[in-house]
Amino acid sequence: MNKKSPLLQRDGVLTIISSVLCVILGLIVGFLAVLIIKPAGALNAIRAIILNFFEFKRANLRLENFGSTLAKTAPLIMCSLSVLFAYKVGLFNIGVAGQYALGAGMSIYAAAILHLPWYVCLLLGIIVGGVSGALCGVLKAYCNVNVVISGIMLNWISLYGVNVLLLPAKDAAGKDTVRLLQQAKDSVLPTLGLDKLFADNKYVGLAIPLAILMAILIWVLLEKTKMGYELKATGNNPNAAKYCGMKENRNIILTMFLAGGLASMGGALFYLTDLEQWNVYASAVPAMGFNGIAAAFLGGLSPIGCIFSSYFITHITAGALHLNTTMYFAQVADFITAVIIYLCGFVLFFKTLIRNRMRKQEERFTPKERDEVKAAEVKQEGGKQA
Amino acid sequence: MITLLNYTLAFAAILLLVALGGCVSEHSGVINLGLEGIMVIGALGGALVMKFMPNAGGFGLFLCVMLASIVFGVIYSSLLAVACINLKADQTIVGTALNMLGTALATVIVKSMNLSSSGGANTSSVVKYENKQAFFSNLGSFELNWFMVVALVMLAVVFVLLYKTKFGLRLRACGEHPQAAASVGINVFKMRWAGVLLSGLLGGLGGITYITTGVSEWKFEEGVFGFGFLSLAVMIFGAWDPVKIGGAAILFGFFRALGRVYNGIDFLKSLNIPPALYSMLPYIVCLIVLAFTSKNSKAPKAEGIPYDKGMR
Repeated sequence: MNKKSPLLQRDGVLTIISSVLCVILGLIVGFLAVLIIKPAGALNAIRAIILNFFEFKRANLRLENFGSTLAKTAPLIMCSLSVLFAYKVGLFNIGVAGQYALGAGMSIYAAAILHLPWYVCLLLGIIVGGVSGALCGVLKAYCNVNVVISGIMLNWISLYGVNVLLLPAKDAAGKDTVRLLQQAKDSVLPTLGLDKLFADNKYVGLAIPLAILMAILIWVLLEKTKMGYELKATGNNPNAAKYCGMKENRNIILTMFLAGGLASMGGALFYLTDLEQWNVYASAVPAMGFNGIAAAFLGGLSPIGCIFSSYFITHITAGALHLNTTMYFAQVADFITAVIIYLCGFVLFFKTLIRNRMRKQEERFTPKERDEVKAAEVKQEGGKQA
Repeated sequence: MITLLNYTLAFAAILLLVALGGCVSEHSGVINLGLEGIMVIGALGGALVMKFMPNAGGFGLFLCVMLASIVFGVIYSSLLAVACINLKADQTIVGTALNMLGTALATVIVKSMNLSSSGGANTSSVVKYENKQAFFSNLGSFELNWFMVVALVMLAVVFVLLYKTKFGLRLRACGEHPQAAASVGINVFKMRWAGVLLSGLLGGLGGITYITTGVSEWKFEEGVFGFGFLSLAVMIFGAWDPVKIGGAAILFGFFRALGRVYNGIDFLKSLNIPPALYSMLPYIVCLIVLAFTSKNSKAPKAEGIPYDKGMR
């Protein structure tokens, strides 16, 4: 169907339009919020959020900050891929935050205490998160436990578990774990010379190309392989998939294992750059996980779209740190992100709206074709029940 | 021991109120995953009243606080209703979004209020809640939180509403088979709106109960520590039945309370279990309980599916 329809009616184009619409509306609501808080600085505030490092005068500083923003984007890409992958199979992986924490915790432990080389740290991190995800899958497959609830419970269990695990790795002076660059240099991800491109920002390195590579791999897996087809079929209609001889339970567990592994890989990739350290007294699950959900839906549930949406969310979050703190505070960015994800719930609605508008204008569909479009929409909607 | 009982009942009251909210909403056919956010916003409403009525006390204040929480909760839950009922958005995404939005919105509101008054030190807590003592009565050494009574009353109200009234029957019909309900002249949209708004009411009450219970100073950016989701687990364990939900709430409340008071109980102290394990306990128990009780789910048949007139 897609090939025949004009440019504006293609699904991909519609998705991009809807996502951009979400972003614009979100920014407008954010602007209204800062306007209400303090009208005087509102324009500057929203400018600071949108521009982020572009505001800096010195080119070097701009580059360095661009590098840091990219380094924070990499884990978000992984988290959004995790959400997206599970969602395509009809499962809502709200446990990303916990899996991310596990990946971070395990890799920091392997690095700071066991002093293992970076690839072993990364691998251990991935496996732990994968197992946690698989546990969710097993509970869903054999005990019919709602993945959303088990995911949330595992989030809290993982958070407290990681805090206990990393207590020995705590820096004596503060609440955070030790700096890996000082204590375990071999465990830090290699920079591959990328740091030179970003004004010697030593946190820029392997994580970014690896995250983009994973996005491409996930796209290939979902769209071009038999396994991806089977997984999506299980998500769209479990009974039909079963009838065709696909193993439903195995597919659910496999999906959650991979989704968990993706999220925890994000955690490992981020903390192994040593850009930030884990706070062993953290009392809230990492925001990265929930932002991953936002990024996945804002990216129109496409792996490639996720790269851009992840960058955007990191960009405005980092931008909010430059806000004038006598007037505003960094949570404004969280607020904007939250509004955007709320609006993302309407993406389907926006799409149908645009499509209907155009159909009314053109009215050149035969009734049969219209039924086909309708059927496709129903199929899309039907696949989204976790 | 009396402190353990105290905390158990206090936490049970929170879980019960919120789980009842989830229960009403699911019986109408909408999965309300946004309860966590609704709790935060409801709590914000009550906390603001406490802040702006520092001199009021006693029953009047209590009523005002309750009313504010209810109003905030109901208004906030209408965001879920619009999206999920009228616009047929995915209930899981919208619920998650409401949770994020609730914490972010409350933090933004509170911080911007504190910004003018507190100068540099900008926290996200509203009041120090000296006046929340007004909501406690001492019965011997047992500290009765008035919200425990509210929770109990609500349990009775929800039970009667769901099972003894025409409205309840219609509401449940919309959760089981909306098309059949519509065929006998029930307005499914209205019923689902009612279900979601009621869950906003109960969720808001649960939120204010949360911040008046055992938290000396509560920061809005911390949210409610997964209580909204724990409540959903309570609801599932309680098989969508208000009375059983009451029992489940006490069980979960007990495990949550253990983590608070284990230091005061000699036997538990001598076991030398790391404190983090007590923090994990309610969540672990929840997983185990769900693993054993979810198989034969008594969930309303049509929950989570947007109502489409044309579908059969």
